Formats: sequence, structure tokens, C-alpha cells
Amino acid sequence: MNSTWSRFNITAVTLGLAFLYLPIVLLVIFSFNASKLVTVWGGFSTKWYVSLFHNQGLMDAAWVTIRVGLISASVATVLGTLGALALTRYTRFRGRMLFSGMIFAPLVMPDVITGLSLLLLFVAVGLDRGFYTVTLAHITFTMCFVAVVVQSRLVTFDRSLEEAAMDLGAPPVRTFFQITLPVIAPAIISGWMLAFTLSLDDLVVASFTSGPGATTLPMKIYSQVRLGVTPEINAACTILIGIVTASVIAASIVNKRREVQRLRDEQAAQRG
Amino acid sequence: MKSLGSIRRAFAPWNDPGAKPYIHFDKVTKKFGDFTAVNDLSLAVYEREFFALLGASGCGKSTLLRMLAGFEEPTSGRIMLDGQDLAGIPPYRRPVNMMFQSYALFPHMSVEKNIAFGLKQEGMPKAEIDKRVAEMLKLVKLEPFAKRKPHQLSGGQRQRVALARSVAKRPKVLLLDEPLGALDKKLREETQFELMDLQQELGLTFVVVTHDQEEAMTMADRIAIMDKGQVMQVATPAEVYEAPASRFVANFVGNVNMFEGKVAERSGSSVRITGGTGAQIMVENAGEAAKDADVAFAIRPEKIRVSSKRPADAVNALQGEVYDIAYLGDMTVYHVRLDDGQMVRAATMNATRVVDDPLTWDDKAWISFRPDAGVVLTQ
Repeated sequence: MNSTWSRFNITAVTLGLAFLYLPIVLLVIFSFNASKLVTVWGGFSTKWYVSLFHNQGLMDAAWVTIRVGLISASVATVLGTLGALALTRYTRFRGRMLFSGMIFAPLVMPDVITGLSLLLLFVAVGLDRGFYTVTLAHITFTMCFVAVVVQSRLVTFDRSLEEAAMDLGAPPVRTFFQITLPVIAPAIISGWMLAFTLSLDDLVVASFTSGPGATTLPMKIYSQVRLGVTPEINAACTILIGIVTASVIAASIVNKRREVQRLRDEQAAQRG
Repeated sequence: MKSLGSIRRAFAPWNDPGAKPYIHFDKVTKKFGDFTAVNDLSLAVYEREFFALLGASGCGKSTLLRMLAGFEEPTSGRIMLDGQDLAGIPPYRRPVNMMFQSYALFPHMSVEKNIAFGLKQEGMPKAEIDKRVAEMLKLVKLEPFAKRKPHQLSGGQRQRVALARSVAKRPKVLLLDEPLGALDKKLREETQFELMDLQQELGLTFVVVTHDQEEAMTMADRIAIMDKGQVMQVATPAEVYEAPASRFVANFVGNVNMFEGKVAERSGSSVRITGGTGAQIMVENAGEAAKDADVAFAIRPEKIRVSSKRPADAVNALQGEVYDIAYLGDMTVYHVRLDDGQMVRAATMNATRVVDDPLTWDDKAWISFRPDAGVVLTQ
């Protein structure tokens, strides 16, 4: 591979990165703006962060979002894992194709359609829209993502591990909890994190299915921006970016370390 | 006293008509859809026997093992273990344990936890589990590795953990699925003897599945040669090699030269076979072959002599030409093309460093063998 930095390469990389990150960098910079005008720099200040924590509306929305995220991600993980198990383990039941199609369809379904159809359903059954309807909606659309992540792990799962456990006297249920679950746990955890993140930044589905008293953070931010961008919103977004970046970096460092440690162990073992 | 091959030890319950089979496959058939993996197979294995199922992949040997372990149920027929019908008993209630080809070590558990897993399922008290685990670690010489995880072990060490885990529960029968398949050649040879010692020490019945005939010959008391879901022959390694029951078995185990022909004459137990182009072969102890039957005469390469002149005392001698020579150090293998075109493989032990009358490529040569050096096969 040619690894020299030609002028063309440098330009392409710079433009590409700028395209991706310039808006975010601007947002972060202006969150430290002393001026109330969003586009005029008035000196460095952290006052918007302070006032952010005194903005009851935003804080309430953040709390709702976190609760919706935790509950929906957890339920979606359980359901998604069960779906993935059904898809990989029972490969010959009637209507398997239909079942897998129906599990994965929401992946490509436009959010607007998911949101609208859920809204129609909730109205039809007379469910009052609010916290629980948002949570239900989020479970519905994040479940398929969990199923995809867990299924890809299950496909490479060595079934003889389960057979060995049963051979050694563990009935199926115990085998599942003592062998299968611990081995696929990393995939389940990443499925949960994916579901949580998706729930955290969903605006469209939440807008359709939420009701009074259950405004999520993205909804709150969106509605405030329509009245004019305030530096407070910038600050809120910067915190969100900070949290997401930190967790992504932490997760990849942990993964990398584990990988390196594993390689080292294996080499040491081979040397005897 | 005459005997086939070399004698191992005085353990032969299969020759005792009063001995009860420990494992008994009774007319077992297993179908997967349209495919018949095991076809109306009957087989008896005795207590404390080291039994090998030998065959090419897809011959049904692994299916047989999995039916014994309980992962598959026979489509028809019965499997009896120690007088008990195994039908409907799930794997986790069968008194057999299996060592898997992939070892199937639990990656999230340490070596000692892996070994203790089966004992914990039994509800054995903790003190006893610890004692048994320590005993097992000692048995497979892995005491220093008790706290390691499987990925921190070498291939040979993993194999020993898998072995320790499968014998920890003292099963009635230990099933081994290609137990040495993942090891390199040198380690495999060492481990073969370790496995035999272990079987003697624990006094367990071993059923091993393998596609490696050398492995089966080394370890097993008896071998079942399988093909297309059926047993072709069950016999000791020496019988399988020296007295194969059919052309298939003769070809499958070791190298063999096969002469197709007709029984021209029969007197007592001796026969004279006429080959397709008129070659005459005299055979003693020719078995059942009747006059005019189409038969094959099978003879192993090391039982054929190669010489430049026809040996004066030879009963059976055929003329040909040296086509190829392979010098292997301990022996030399000659490929001789007979006058009728058939290729014969003959192996000569290099018992001396210097050879008086060396044969070389394209030399005229005679192959000769004793009348009791080969077998007549009717199947």
C-alpha cells in the first residue's frame, strides 16, 4: 500500500474531516460563548453550563430521556435476544422467513412510518400518550437492532459448548444461564448500549408517541431551537457529545486492551 | 503357538460366549431426512474395552457416538448400556461423558472450574469437588495451570483439560470424538500412549471415533470399520490387518496388493487361484472360497519378497519389472509392474546397511510370497 502523503490525499482528508466535524466543533465553541447571540463571539464563559442546570424544563426532559432509555433498552435487549435465539436455533419452523423478515423490517422502516403507525395503534386502543407509550415505541424499534447484534454472535457460537454442558449433567435451562448467556454476554451488552443510544437520540418516534409531561430531551431541544437557538442548548449538546465520545473511547480502549491481553496470553501459552 | 500379529494382553471378553455386552446397539437406524447415517447396525462393546470406530468422514461413526451420548435419538432400534435401555433419556441424565473434537472448553471458566462443572451439576459437596478436581489435575499433570483460562493454554494442555473434565464424573463410558485430531504428529503419538495408560488406570470403557487408522490400531482393543452407516468388520487390530473380511477393509486399513481371479482348484483348506491373465497363486487357509468363485487375493507389501532371480523354493513367484523405488530409511518400497500389467507394491526391511545384489529401475525382478502370506476375499 502506498502510504506517502500526496497533496491530494491531505486535501481530501482535511475536507472530509471538516465536512464531518466542523458543525460539531462550532457548536462546542459557541457553547462557551459569553454573548447571548449565537453567532457572535463575545469571549469565553461557562455561564451557560451553570444556567443549564437551573433550567428545570431541560433537566426534566433529560431525566425522562434517561428513564425511557434505560427501560426500553433493557426490555428490548431481552426481547431481541430471544428473537435472535429463535432465529438461529430453530431454523426449520414454518414461516421462519416471514418471522426473520418481520424482525428486521423495522431496521429499514422510516421512523415517520413507525411513529405514525404506533400513534394510530395507541389511539385505537385508547392508551393515554405519555411516558409509557414512548417507552413502548422505543422498545419496538430498538429491539430489532439488538436482535441483529446478538444474532451475528450466535451464528459463530460453538454449539458443542452447550452439548458439553448437557453431557456433564446440566439441564437445558441451566446450560443456557451458565454457558450460553455468559459467552454471548458481550454481544448482549453492545446490543443494550446500541438500543440505549438509539432511544437517547430519537426525535421522530418520540414526537409521535409522546404526550404531555413526557417530553424527551431531543424533543425539548428541537422545540426550543424553533424559538431561537440559545447558548444553553449548545451547552446541553456539548455535554451529550462529551458523554457519547467518552463512552465510545472507553469501550474501544477496554476492547483493545482485552484483545492485546488475549493475544499475549495465547502466544505465551503456545511457547509453553 | 500360531497367532495373528503381535499379542497385546490377555483381555478378550468378545471371545467369551458367556460375557455380557456392556454397550449394545441393537439394529439401530438413524435417518436425517432422506439421508441414512446409520443403517440397521448392531454392535456389542464390552466393559473396560478400548473400542474404536474407524471410518472415513460421513460413514456414520460420529452419529453413532452422538446417539450414545444422547444428542441424537435412533430412528429405530435400541441402544442398551449396562442392561438399561437408553431410549428417551436426555444427555444430562446418561452415565456417559464425551470428549469433544473441538474440546468445547467453557471459555469463561478457569481450568479447575471447567473440571468441576460436571461435579457441581451432580450436587457433590464442595470439599469433595475440590478433592476430585485436584486429583484430576494431577492425573493430567496440569496442577500449575488450575487458575488459567482455556485461551491461556496450548493445544496439548487444552486437550488434557477436556480429558480431565470428561473423566471427572467417573462415567460408565467415556466417548472420545477424534480426541487427538487437533494435535501435531509428535504430540499425538505421545498422547495415544497416555490415553491407553489412563484407560487402564481408571478401568473405564472407552469408545473412540477416529478416521486415523494408525491411531485406532495403536490404542484400541477392537476396531469397528464403518462404511455407509454399516459395520464392515469388528475385530482386533491384528485381525483387521492380517485377516480383513472384505476388499473394502483390506483397502481401508494399510496398504494392500489385490489380485482378482477365480478359484481354479480346492483341496482341503488350500486353493489355487487363477488370475485374469493366467497367473497362478497357491493359498493355504483360504477360508470359505468355493471352486469357481470370483475372489480377490490380498497381500500386504511387507510380505512380498523382491529378487532379481526366481527363488528356488518359492511356491508363488511372478515376474515383472521394477517401476519405482522409494527408499525410506528403515525400509525400501518397490513398485513392480508384473508382466500382465498389474502394479505390485513390495516393502523390504533394510536389515543390513549394504545390499549384495541391488535392484534398480527397469530391472527384471521376481516377486515371491509364501502360501500363507495373504488372504482370499470373497466379498
